[in-house]
Amino acid sequence: MSDTPTAKRDRIELISLYVVTIILAFVIAAILVNTSGGSWSKAVEAMINGSFKNPGRWGETLRRAAPLLIVAAGSAIAAKAGIINIGQEGQVLIGATGAAFIMTKIHPGSPLMLILGVLLGMLSGAAWAGISALLYYWRRVPVVLSTLLLVYLSSQITGYTMTRKFLLLEVIEGSPTKIQNSAKTAVNSRLGIMHIFGNNVPLTVPIAIIFAIGVAYILAHSVWGFRLKMLGLNPRTAQRAGVSHVKFGTMALLTSGAAAGLAGSLMLATGESNYRASSGFSASVGWDGLLVALVARNNPYASIPVALAFACLHTGSNFLAAAGVESVLVDVIRGLLVLALFIPPAVSELRKKRRVLALMTERA
Amino acid sequence: MLAFLGSFGDILANGPLYQSTFRLAAILVFAAAGEWVAERAGTINISVEAMLLGGHFATAIAYTQTSNFAFSLFVGAIAGIFVSSFQAFLSHYLNADQFGIGLTLNILLLGLVAFLEPNFDLSTKLAGEVKVPLLYDIPILGPAMFGQRWPMYLVYAVVPLSWWLLMRTKWGLEVRAVGEDPQAADVTGINVNARRRHAIMYTGLIAGLGGGVYLLGQVGRFESGNIGGKGIIAIAAVIFGGWTLRGAVAGCILFGYVDALRLNLPNIVGHDFNAQLLAALPFLATIVVMLIFAKHTRQPASLARPFIRGLK
Repeated sequence: MSDTPTAKRDRIELISLYVVTIILAFVIAAILVNTSGGSWSKAVEAMINGSFKNPGRWGETLRRAAPLLIVAAGSAIAAKAGIINIGQEGQVLIGATGAAFIMTKIHPGSPLMLILGVLLGMLSGAAWAGISALLYYWRRVPVVLSTLLLVYLSSQITGYTMTRKFLLLEVIEGSPTKIQNSAKTAVNSRLGIMHIFGNNVPLTVPIAIIFAIGVAYILAHSVWGFRLKMLGLNPRTAQRAGVSHVKFGTMALLTSGAAAGLAGSLMLATGESNYRASSGFSASVGWDGLLVALVARNNPYASIPVALAFACLHTGSNFLAAAGVESVLVDVIRGLLVLALFIPPAVSELRKKRRVLALMTERA
Repeated sequence: MLAFLGSFGDILANGPLYQSTFRLAAILVFAAAGEWVAERAGTINISVEAMLLGGHFATAIAYTQTSNFAFSLFVGAIAGIFVSSFQAFLSHYLNADQFGIGLTLNILLLGLVAFLEPNFDLSTKLAGEVKVPLLYDIPILGPAMFGQRWPMYLVYAVVPLSWWLLMRTKWGLEVRAVGEDPQAADVTGINVNARRRHAIMYTGLIAGLGGGVYLLGQVGRFESGNIGGKGIIAIAAVIFGGWTLRGAVAGCILFGYVDALRLNLPNIVGHDFNAQLLAALPFLATIVVMLIFAKHTRQPASLARPFIRGLK
């Protein structure tokens, strides 16, 4: 980054664009709240209370942010290789389901079971993403499409495992098995939770940060990361240089699936939905994590604050109902925010190109 | 074994099954006929799901207010165009990532509809049934194809219209050129990104209309989960059809049949199936069908490649 006058002007322009679009997104959301009979100031207050101000809430926010960060870092790996994996929601869920097979079935658990469970979770997530790789490299079905289709399939498959006793359905003697979820995970195969200033911060938080930094390091400094980037920037050149599209593309997809699986199994190990897996277990962590990666432009470092912001939106939404606003408002805000964050870099690129073009025609 | 064969026969000769196949295939055809045009222009729009939902919701609001079927369908189509214009302008004017935009639009619209729905006291009705004379009397297929509620018949207009627009007009030729070789098209003076935007907005028009038809011709009552993945299956149908309209429609019928099986199988066979597996059937079938039958068909050469002048 040199500090030529144009570069400086571009940066100022970009930042002011960001400010304008973000404010616009919030204004639209505020108008929506007010026209539907709520009060936006109350909604904002509830969001702030819910995400960090009330006792114990910032721990909850961090608990939500950790899997988002892991998923986002995983998506970055695939995206760097030019592969658009948008099925993280399904991969998270299948990962958690895979982990549940070990964590709930083998009693008494031990830390070894925790490790095995997480490994199986990662494997399941990777395998789920692997179906898309197979569909693409064998049948040329776009990865975007197959990963999305697999999301719809995943909750049904997980739901199915919760209806069969030999799979994951919890069996309670003498009670009807209507509630379809797995048993609680074995106490010894759970991951620790730190207590800091009255907040419960699960160990996934440091794991996620280490994971994100590790991914950033590998992408920037390893031969493997270099090859992935080469593949993403120009597949033809990569092929000539000996980077097989099939091999590295599949690896990138499997790794991002494994990351999503890791997020899912760690969520289960740290007590998400009371240590029980169910078909709604992933709770949009996959979608959110993917959006985090998109907004952070596949930069794992930038994903850290973005994941935190998205987690705030989620935990804040839990307090909205009390303020008389539907909690789905947060889905709207999240969507508007992501759109708002897409616009500035695109506009700034367009303007830069126009300026160059104008310069060229001037000289000619 | 005999019982099994018997139930197999029941499935094949079951009239209601074909009727529901037609209805479920019809909404896929709306989405797929539109998406086919957009994909021939070199774009993939996973936001077709959002366009369907937008049309579905807007039609419900319009019908609640006016009780006029035709007008409500019109409003649905306009809503589809509105949603698609976001996809079109953000990813083919500003060059933002088309999949990111598509996904965000899907999530945004699902949230928006869930947020707004309680504010409207939605009440909708099914449109009247119209039996086409003579054609209705064809055994099995007659009632399925010509004994539907009238909005469903729009599907017979949409398919030829899409084909004619893309294959027989100058605009269509330019759209196809843009999907094959945008650089060459650009040199001949075609505004590449404008053609792509038009194609996507046409998708929005047809998909929005389809969402409305689905509401007034089949389900009758608005629910935000009604669309749930139908747009994605329509995209799969376009790919299954090897980017021909014929093939896409065939794919829609196939996937519609599977969806109809899901709804009707328990009644026909009289056996309880696992609800989750039954619900998974359309998606499972789509994936399996793609795995077995999707060939290395020639896709539009610049499919899913953004066009930026001076950048190959």
